[in-house]
Amino acid sequence: MKISISKIIIFTFVIFFLLVFWRGLKINNNYDTKNLIGKKISKFQLIEIDNNNRYISEEDLKQNKYTLINFFASWCAPCRSEHKYLVNLSKEKKEIKIIGINFKDKKNNAINFLKELGNPYNFVGKDSEGKISILFGIYGIPESILVDNNLTVIKKIVGPIDQIQYDEILKLTQ
Amino acid sequence: MKINSFLFLACIFFFTSTYSSENKTKLLKVYKNLRCLVCQGQSIADSNSDFAVTIKLVVQDQFKEGKTEDDIYKFLASKYGEWIVYQPTFSKNNFLLWMLPYVTLIFGAVIIFFLVRKTKRNKVN
Repeated sequence: MKISISKIIIFTFVIFFLLVFWRGLKINNNYDTKNLIGKKISKFQLIEIDNNNRYISEEDLKQNKYTLINFFASWCAPCRSEHKYLVNLSKEKKEIKIIGINFKDKKNNAINFLKELGNPYNFVGKDSEGKISILFGIYGIPESILVDNNLTVIKKIVGPIDQIQYDEILKLTQ
Repeated sequence: MKINSFLFLACIFFFTSTYSSENKTKLLKVYKNLRCLVCQGQSIADSNSDFAVTIKLVVQDQFKEGKTEDDIYKFLASKYGEWIVYQPTFSKNNFLLWMLPYVTLIFGAVIIFFLVRKTKRNKVN
């Protein structure tokens, strides 16, 4: 049986394209945060929510064994659902310092939110325009980033913290 | 005197508007090459989502700081991965993506060449 070269080439191309599409379909690029794990966080300066003269930077985080940076807002419903885990974490794990970054929110609403649900944060900063969130590779809120004292990202949580994420934070910081 | 003042103001207006329209074009080019990660198939230029609005502010700031287009793409890719840039930079991971059109073109030309030669030979015979 004679098989022409052009048929072999066409067949090879078809197989190649099918393999590329098959592989492409299996890759999920949305909300992919694995490229940040193991990297150091960027330099930043975070002004306190109710005191413009007080601020922290990445240098301050080096003093903490672990820091959990949490982006939240009073208008964000999932932030309410995760808040109890943050409050528990602040009570249970003293070696984890929690930094809250109030995202595109009104100061009074944020303060009332913390009065109502409790304040688990060691420092609450403001990100009125959302620019700081970009330094941390944030898509939306709530999102949390766990860093060690070398400022290396250990974990990034997209969405609200739940029991599974909470247990994982405890495991990672043991 | 009045004419001089008028000409002076007209020059300022002309140069300012030219400069700002150049800046707008430059910004728009960057926005169009950035993917809105929380939207369905939209670029940052097309979207008014919270994420797109913030990215636009960051791009404007970085241009003001004197960063180049490439610097901005590298910065955003370091935070969100290559996925955020519509036109990825050439690397070992995506060399096939860049080379495939050229390879296909060469293959196509080779196939056409052989087919034409074969047809000519058949006609001669």
